[in-house]
Amino acid sequence: MGMDLLELAIILGFVVLTTPILGAYMARVFTGERTLLSPVLAPAERLWCRLLRTSPGRGQDWKEYAKATVAFSLLSWLVLYLILRTQTLHPWNPQDFHSAPWDATFNTVSSFVTNTNWQYYGGETTMTYFSQMAGLALQNFVSAAVGIAVAVALIRGLANRSGGNHIGNFWVDLFRGCFYVLLPIAFIAALVLISQGVLQTLGGYLGIDGVGGLSQTLARGPVASQEAIKELGTNGGGFFNVNSSMPFENSNGLTNALEIWLILAIPAALTSTYGRLVGNRRQGWMIFWVMGLLFLASVAIVFFAERHGTPAQQWAGIAGQNMEGKEVRFGTGGSALWAAVTTVTSCGAVNAAMESLTGIGSLSPFGGMSMSEVVFGGVGSGLYGMLVFALLAVFIGGLMVGRTPEFLGKKVEAREMKLATLSILVTPLTALIVAGIALGTDYGAASIFAAGKPQGFSESLYAYMSQANNNGSAFAGYTGFVQPNAGSLGSYGITFADLAGGFVMLFARFLPMLIALALAGSLATKRSIPPSAGTMRTDTPTFGVLLGGTVLLVGALTFVPTLLLGPLAQGLTDQLF
Amino acid sequence: MIATLRSATVAIVLTTLALGLLYPLAVTGIGQVVFPGAANGSLVKSGGKTVGSSIIGQSFQKPVLDKAGKPKVDSDGNAVTEPDPKYMQPRPSATGYSADATYFANRGPNSKVAAYAYRDAVAAVLALERPYVPGLRAGDLPVDAVEDSASGVDPHISTANAKLQSYRIASQRGIPRAKVLDLIEANTDGRALGVFGRPGVNVLEFNLALDREAPAR
Repeated sequence: MGMDLLELAIILGFVVLTTPILGAYMARVFTGERTLLSPVLAPAERLWCRLLRTSPGRGQDWKEYAKATVAFSLLSWLVLYLILRTQTLHPWNPQDFHSAPWDATFNTVSSFVTNTNWQYYGGETTMTYFSQMAGLALQNFVSAAVGIAVAVALIRGLANRSGGNHIGNFWVDLFRGCFYVLLPIAFIAALVLISQGVLQTLGGYLGIDGVGGLSQTLARGPVASQEAIKELGTNGGGFFNVNSSMPFENSNGLTNALEIWLILAIPAALTSTYGRLVGNRRQGWMIFWVMGLLFLASVAIVFFAERHGTPAQQWAGIAGQNMEGKEVRFGTGGSALWAAVTTVTSCGAVNAAMESLTGIGSLSPFGGMSMSEVVFGGVGSGLYGMLVFALLAVFIGGLMVGRTPEFLGKKVEAREMKLATLSILVTPLTALIVAGIALGTDYGAASIFAAGKPQGFSESLYAYMSQANNNGSAFAGYTGFVQPNAGSLGSYGITFADLAGGFVMLFARFLPMLIALALAGSLATKRSIPPSAGTMRTDTPTFGVLLGGTVLLVGALTFVPTLLLGPLAQGLTDQLF
Repeated sequence: MIATLRSATVAIVLTTLALGLLYPLAVTGIGQVVFPGAANGSLVKSGGKTVGSSIIGQSFQKPVLDKAGKPKVDSDGNAVTEPDPKYMQPRPSATGYSADATYFANRGPNSKVAAYAYRDAVAAVLALERPYVPGLRAGDLPVDAVEDSASGVDPHISTANAKLQSYRIASQRGIPRAKVLDLIEANTDGRALGVFGRPGVNVLEFNLALDREAPAR
């Protein structure tokens, strides 16, 4: 217990420590100032701009920025679909894998382009090394960079004092996100992971005869390079089906700690980037601590819950913690911390089986997703989501004190409130409506593992909450891809689950993203009013409480009734189902 | 519009080359040169041949023989096996220690399926260990001896689980229990840097050491 808490404190302390450093670095990168990497990357950026026929000086208004974002994502979607459907032509396909069917591929492609990484497939039984590297891991980079770009565009809109309508240049932001921010960190992290035992080879699978004489086949591949960006970009799509619980992805306590830091690093640091770019560091830290405290509450729930056994365990007469679906090298402490980290951010990588958490413990992942992934959240999407909540909080605060709401000196008016409200409602409504359809009709029944039980309800609800929040973790019994034999021959998709999930991911990613850009455009042109004695300050602990309260309240009002039927129903009883 | 699509196309081509190919291949190159052992799967050899990966668990089972002394097969034609008492036993695995088709057992906290599986696992462990630890009861068993891991190939068991098995192993191998405990100590992977993760006994490395130090008779 003591050691578990110490481990937790060190990892989280490290996040607090790196937040201002990485935040300052990103602020310099996105304003085009010189950094340590400029000697190498500045010429590369010039070449990039020349080939794309653009330049950092060529600003875009929000519509042009949005058009570029959508065009890039759409083409990414098409290219990834083509790659995944032509696996028999790939180099680096040692297991001779065929392609998954169209519907399962639709889901996978939508999943990776939206930074969700929901996986109906098992990587080591379906994907060629080429698909993993040039298809899936590439999207881990660029979908994360798109998120960062949109967040930075919204910050520019808020910080703009010139009255002009430019919010940056998407192509330049994309380059800087990929090459200045993601690539260097991923590169170093990948090498550290390899040194600890994470695989990195193009060699094929290896058959061995074990000590006891039984044979075993070791699936291999270029894992570390993908693992690093999968965590750093809050993507979460595992090389292996069992994700980061596989020792080849996450081999010991050190890799576990590093991977947790990678997940949190950028979403946390972006609060600092924000504070610097809007010229109010206090406000950046205020947002950081609102996120941090909600996150700690989430950690506490699952950390203590998993120290207790489950009803199934007690029935069989076994005492002790809940080690079902957990690895000895992480224990309940390292598994619980990860479960909270991966669901308050929109990462979705797992190092333990989410479906085997205790009922109360699973409230933590459910809760993280109920809060619409703004507690750190996805890279970029967490910050822009939180800023939309800040507008709502300012509006509520303004109503309470009877003043026109202002945020950073910009008047928040009807148009902004309409956009903010729409953005906040999109994710939970999409999740609940589609989960309702899946549960209320026969369409969703084929996907459920624990049929006819509260657990089956939780599986379905989790599936659509996870996909709507672009999280990607799963109560993994829920399936959309049935694969009788390894190698994807004879496999088939469950069309409803694949398509419903795919559309949910696309809709709940791009609608809030476009709204964030529209807000950026609308705020950019507003004149900034100098603060007066009556201005409600938005960098104080009081506002922090209001902001945190708004996030919690919206989440609770939307999701508590459904959570009562699944996780809470199981958590409050000893009955077996 | 055309200009935007053109830019998007060029951007995808460039990122694919740099991040989708060059980056993983460069990491592979460096990994293969600097950390060849780890990058290729931390393979362990015994008697000149590769017997597994030191970070991937494997099972230590032996075939069950029928009355005629032939290996028993089940209705599907697969060999029936049971835990080999001469070896330290790893955690139960829903996947039979598959390292090329992994999946979670997905047992819920209130699941009857889980409860019955635990009951059977308890019975199996008690049958294996009770001859050496008289009076052993379900409540005495370490949780990890009964519950499935996440990966299905957890290379470790808890120290308590290893110590419970030490009585049987000492008796089966004809060595003092103190010697077994020393081997457990020597094959325990501690917390990384003293704080990260939890200590666990590496079952494969322990069993290899056991075969070296006290070969089965």
